[in-house]
Amino acid sequence: MLTDANCCFQAEVEETLKRIQGQKGVQGIIIVNSEGIPIKTTLDNSSTVQYAGLIHQLVMKARSTIRNIDPQNDLTFLRVRSKKNEIMIAPDKDYFLIVIQNPSD
Amino acid sequence: MPVKKRSAASSASSKGKRHPDDIFPMVLTSATQELFGCLADEDVTGENPHKLLRKDDIIQDIKTRAAVSDFSPVKQIVLDYPEDELLLVFDRDFVYGQCFYLVVTPEAKDRILNPPVLKTEEVFKNEVNKTPQPQPWIPQGSEREVDAEADTETREKLRYKFSRVRRNFGSPVCFSDRNTADAKDGYLECASYQDSRFSIKQMQRDCGMQAVPRLQSSSAQTQWKFQRNVFTQYVPRQLSDEEKENVLQSDSLKKFCTSVTPRILHALQQVQIANVFVDSWKALGAGVEDGDWAGKVYEDLALYQAFTDQKYTNNKKISTVNWHPTIYGVIAVALMKEKEERESESTPSFILFYSFSDPSNSQLLLECPDDICAFEFCPSDPNIIVGGCINGQVVLWDISAHVTHLQGTEPRSKKVSIDTDTYDLDDNKEKTPTVHYSALSAAESSHKAPITDIQWLPPTFEVTRTGSPADNKYKISVQFVTCSPDGWIMFWDLRVQKATRQPVIDAKQTTPRSDTFKHLDRMWKPLFRISLPKINTSGEYLPLKFSLEHYTCSGNKTEDDDEINDSSEVPDYSQLRLPSAKTLTALEDVNTKLYIGTEDGEIVYADWKPVRDESGRQHSGKPLHCYRVHDGMVNTVQRSPFFKDIILTMGSFNFAIWKEGVMEDLIIQSPSSEQICTAACWSLSQPAVFFIGKKDGSIEVWNLLEKTSGPAQVQAHVTDAKITCIKPWTASSKQHFLAVTDDQGLVRVLEIPKTLHSSSRSKGSSVKKYFQLEEDRLHFYLQKVDEWEKLKKEAEEAKKKTEPEKSPKEKDQPTVPSVQEWRDHQMLEESVLKEHRLWTPPANTQDT
Repeated sequence: MLTDANCCFQAEVEETLKRIQGQKGVQGIIIVNSEGIPIKTTLDNSSTVQYAGLIHQLVMKARSTIRNIDPQNDLTFLRVRSKKNEIMIAPDKDYFLIVIQNPSD
Repeated sequence: MPVKKRSAASSASSKGKRHPDDIFPMVLTSATQELFGCLADEDVTGENPHKLLRKDDIIQDIKTRAAVSDFSPVKQIVLDYPEDELLLVFDRDFVYGQCFYLVVTPEAKDRILNPPVLKTEEVFKNEVNKTPQPQPWIPQGSEREVDAEADTETREKLRYKFSRVRRNFGSPVCFSDRNTADAKDGYLECASYQDSRFSIKQMQRDCGMQAVPRLQSSSAQTQWKFQRNVFTQYVPRQLSDEEKENVLQSDSLKKFCTSVTPRILHALQQVQIANVFVDSWKALGAGVEDGDWAGKVYEDLALYQAFTDQKYTNNKKISTVNWHPTIYGVIAVALMKEKEERESESTPSFILFYSFSDPSNSQLLLECPDDICAFEFCPSDPNIIVGGCINGQVVLWDISAHVTHLQGTEPRSKKVSIDTDTYDLDDNKEKTPTVHYSALSAAESSHKAPITDIQWLPPTFEVTRTGSPADNKYKISVQFVTCSPDGWIMFWDLRVQKATRQPVIDAKQTTPRSDTFKHLDRMWKPLFRISLPKINTSGEYLPLKFSLEHYTCSGNKTEDDDEINDSSEVPDYSQLRLPSAKTLTALEDVNTKLYIGTEDGEIVYADWKPVRDESGRQHSGKPLHCYRVHDGMVNTVQRSPFFKDIILTMGSFNFAIWKEGVMEDLIIQSPSSEQICTAACWSLSQPAVFFIGKKDGSIEVWNLLEKTSGPAQVQAHVTDAKITCIKPWTASSKQHFLAVTDDQGLVRVLEIPKTLHSSSRSKGSSVKKYFQLEEDRLHFYLQKVDEWEKLKKEAEEAKKKTEPEKSPKEKDQPTVPSVQEWRDHQMLEESVLKEHRLWTPPANTQDT
């Protein structure tokens, strides 16, 4: 039974990732834990590690900024738009999800 | 009683007057009056109101009549009265409310009886008359102070009498001082001491405070005793697989995924729906450049790079420049010596290759037998270069061995040889590679004058010996055309010709040369040649530049052709044989006409297809048209890269634009410029723009859509000397270059600004329309000219007809109608003046 539940959980995670991956222009998805260690990724290892390390710091900084301004506020979403692509970060209590998208236009 | 009171009260109230305290108003009855002898108006009257009454009598009266007595209210007063007699005053006018009043005090009595006599007037008079006398001192208390300050003796002065013994009388006396403390008991002291029985405790004391910061400066210096390099090497943390599995299966991750996914999906979809980050202002600006509005501001042509090679370009001018068709950033220039030098020295001439990566050193040298006036890269194989010499020979090079070297010098390649600067010039590796020419045409069959223009035939067709165009089987350019002011235009072929002798092996070969064209060396003859006899007169045109139409084949492509086109192998030229005319399929629709610019400034339109005359020999036919347009030598005849029937020709002072097909005249002619124009070229990106180089080193940019009366932009001092050649090139969509060469051996590469090279589709059509418009205008003009001519002719003829008729009737007929007219006019004048009542009959009328 436990294994069934575990499989179910894993399948859910997979299914979520598949949904996001299926969107147009998505280049990669990384799930990172609160310490900045990547847990699941669709990119190669070196890129994953690089993204995770850099974005983790950025998210911490952004979150502390929001909370310093208003302690009751919290960061819900972060979008970094660059010339070539867009990085979307959805933070949560324990993890955060990084999605790299290449806008078609 | 109440009556009295009321009257007293009323009188008091009505009068409101209070009696002084030392009198007492009272009423005396008539009986009392009789008793005391003070009857009203009898004893006491107004003039004598006073009556003295004895105190004892009053007391007696009071005792006798007690309460009834009128003096009862004043009983106490009377008893207290010190004197014996009291004054009773008759108050006739009831001043104090009663008819009598009793004076209570003796002072008042005295005062009333003896009123003080007023002597004010007298006193006043006395004062005025009296002289002022000093007032007696009125002390205010100052004498006390004076007394306090005054020094008075408090005691009598003490006197001491000293006497000495008699025998010391008369001897001097010596007095001295002595301190009191010196002698015992010299003084008595009463020192102060603190009495313990008596002490005052101070309960409150005022004190002031000031706060002052206490400052202290101090410094410290550290010593870096032990220097040590510290470094950190790190490796990113990574979870092991089991940990990852654990995490993936955790509940929190699942919750996280469910919470986060909607946000992400929303954001992802948002991007696809609309680009929220687009800068609409910038997007608006991009469209502005496409517009053709006249207020366009032209940016200058910016100098990108300048190339010169000190070793070779001293005292040389550049005759022509060409961009390498395929390699980015490689320019080839042909150097020409000055006239004086040419005759004296015999140094070898070169064609230099420059690369963007090294502006001061040439990358490749092509050795020429003589100065080159014109050279071209083969369009199908950029390793083949053909050049025309100043002595009329055609030279051929093959640089396929050095192409990698040229490609290696592309600025994009990362290999940068820094070592070249440090090596000596003696090192063989350092020297620029030189390529010896592969083939040289036979001197007797070449031109007799410098070859001024060379053009490759396009790979789409080839020409047979008879001059008819035919299908090119291999689709490579193997033929080219040269022209020279000796009056001939020659067609050459690269391939092995029939009946060739064995190639002469040259034993002396110092420089490496390729063997590709060995078959041609020394015996290369043109395929055929045409001359340009003048149309109306004898002699020939001396062509300087020409332009032929670049034919793109419109026929069916067979599979073989496709295959050959796709293959990237360079065919071995020595193996190619000149095909016989029979095997080739003739192409009928090739435009075989040339526009030729001559030395005298004429533009000649000729057909290079030779015609057969009666004897079967073929010779070149007469040119079809000749136009005298330019004043000096024609230096450019170039077709527009956009329209194959628009040709730009440039003379010394003006340029003209022709449309092929419009045989009458040119369609646009520019006004004459002040400076001599020396080079011209079309822009590769915009159909209506072309560049003109001048003798003073300035470049004019003409935009036909903007204005035709003058250049759209003039950029002066691009070079210091005469511009000899301009060639444009499109490196990429962003980089458009213009190579400008001058008389001093310098090649400048200018970057064409975006305003001049951004093109839009509408421009093509608008330019076409413009040219069409010009053509129509030309036609219209010519039509009008014709009509005008006709009218003129008719007028002349009419004149001729009427003239002989008129001569016999000169005298009569001319005069009669005139007199008649005069008479009519006079009558008209009369009538008009009469109408206006202004008419005055003339003094002498000349009526017959």
